[in-house]
Amino acid sequence: MTSGTIEASPLQPATRRPGRLLSLSAAVAVALLLALPALANAFHVVFVLGLATQVLIYAIAAMSLNLVLGYGGMVTFGQAAFFGLGGYTVGILHQHFSEASAFLGLLPGSDSLLVCLAAAMLVSGCAAAIIGSLSLRASGVSFIMITLAFAQMLFFLFVSLKAYGGDDGLMMRHRDVAPFFDTGDDANYYGVCLALAAGWFGLTACMVRSRFGFVLAGLRQNERRLTAIGIAPMRYRLVAFVIAGMGTGLAGALMANDLRFVSPDMMHWTKSGDLMMMVIVGGTATLIGPLLGAAAMVLLEASLAAQTENWQLYLGLILLAIVMLTRGGLAAALDRLFGGKR
Amino acid sequence: MIVIEQILNGVQFGITLFLISAGLTLIFGVMGVINLSHGSLYMIGAYAAALIVAHTGSTWLALLGGLAVAAASGVMIEIVVVRRLYDRDPLDQVLATFALILMINQGAVMLFGRQPLFVSMPPALLGSVTLLPGLSYPVYRLGVIVLGLVVAAALFFLINHTRIGMLVRAGATHRQMVRALGVRVGRLYSVIFGFGAMLAGLAGAIAGPITAVQVGMGEQILILAFVVVVIGGVGSVRGALFGALAAGLVDTMSRAFLPLVFRQLMNGSDADALASGVSSISIYLLMALTLLVRPGRLQTAKP
Repeated sequence: MTSGTIEASPLQPATRRPGRLLSLSAAVAVALLLALPALANAFHVVFVLGLATQVLIYAIAAMSLNLVLGYGGMVTFGQAAFFGLGGYTVGILHQHFSEASAFLGLLPGSDSLLVCLAAAMLVSGCAAAIIGSLSLRASGVSFIMITLAFAQMLFFLFVSLKAYGGDDGLMMRHRDVAPFFDTGDDANYYGVCLALAAGWFGLTACMVRSRFGFVLAGLRQNERRLTAIGIAPMRYRLVAFVIAGMGTGLAGALMANDLRFVSPDMMHWTKSGDLMMMVIVGGTATLIGPLLGAAAMVLLEASLAAQTENWQLYLGLILLAIVMLTRGGLAAALDRLFGGKR
Repeated sequence: MIVIEQILNGVQFGITLFLISAGLTLIFGVMGVINLSHGSLYMIGAYAAALIVAHTGSTWLALLGGLAVAAASGVMIEIVVVRRLYDRDPLDQVLATFALILMINQGAVMLFGRQPLFVSMPPALLGSVTLLPGLSYPVYRLGVIVLGLVVAAALFFLINHTRIGMLVRAGATHRQMVRALGVRVGRLYSVIFGFGAMLAGLAGAIAGPITAVQVGMGEQILILAFVVVVIGGVGSVRGALFGALAAGLVDTMSRAFLPLVFRQLMNGSDADALASGVSSISIYLLMALTLLVRPGRLQTAKP
């Protein structure tokens, strides 16, 4: 536990050729995602759209966390801080917009989706730069605990900020608006989230296959060797941490808009735990893992909660089964199912 | 006088934290397992003691029952789940013990409901005692402090002067070497896990009359216990004692006196809210500073 690295994952997705069955099912999944609003309407199950939106938003956050936790091997326990910061950026800008006041007397509020999402990414990126540059000096357990400490500090800061709702959080009167279409419509908002999730997936895919991604994975596997060939670890880790912070902030901003509500719960440590679970359940250091994990966790929770009051018991059992029986999460299980050759 | 009273409160809170984090730091140090379900063992001890005292009225029986039930649960968790995960990625251990939290919490809700249980003080320890002229202090809290110090002393004797303590120290320093020397680590691990669970159960049993016994009480204190473990140094029981006392004092003192300071600066309700936020932050600030100023502490900590 002293080196701050996780052992190399047995999966090396970049070097394996996807089977035909796999690419076929991926195509079906994409088609389903695109057609979901129409399908939900046709079968009169509109709530599915809300669930799918949640899955996509959490998938963005989980993909970001996976960059740090999976590919980078940096076990951060404070990712919810950026989720909450993104959400609060949206909420606070919205409050100032509706009160026609200014943040700290300087910055006017806004209800433009574009402005708010960009601001959320900027704020959480800056926070990640500060937190990362301090906590990346530690490794292993210290790193886990320092990131947790910073997240808890932000959590209690927002709990005590009465001007922005304190414990109760902030309500938004309506979603932030965008030009050309109505974000208040759930199908449109689902489209926004789908587009952003797809964009983030593409960006992550490019990143992990780039030189940057290889350096990051190399640092996880053997830091000493990479230092010896002249790579400064801190720089790469910090950049990954900041990108992950920005992605999680984006997800938080989308979540705030989806629920039209932000509260300190968004940055509670159990939320960091939830995001971690999504990554681990899906499969760390795999591209598809966080998507599977987010979908599994959100859908399991929703369907179990609809069936029984004691859904947490069954969720716990299923999680336990996943961790005991599948090595490498759902992505690895899928992989074996489709007979990936290794 | 109020300062001394608050110091005693801080020590009492610190002692409770110590009992939980001592087990946590041993499990962490010897097996290298991040046991998130340790807070659940604290809750199990609290529930067991509360139910026993409600049915029999005997404080000693409740204390022993809390210890026994928590220890048994701990050994069971080790055998059924944790034992299979020693060789796995630490993240798998985190996920598995997180799943255990969900199950144990829901189990407690199903068995005992969501209503918090209130435990009455043992009659022998009711009332307060005058320590100094003008300073009276509840007997029960004094009893907690004394009990905690006794347990701490026993723990130090156990670790520094017995054979099993030697194995614990050896395990915390060099796990593979202990295994290579032919120690039956499987049994050792079960014993340590059960022992840590017992300490957590003790903390739960004695915390019952001070705080309400309810589902979720474990998670609140779990994070603080982790903070203590990190401040004190992983695997170090002595460090856990100092860390717990420091954390308990800082937390209690800032909760007691920060509102007074902030009320000088701004109006009442805002000041209280901000002060409670800042005092919740104080303990994490303490940890972040410890880690940033002395990042090597974790590696050099002595058990």
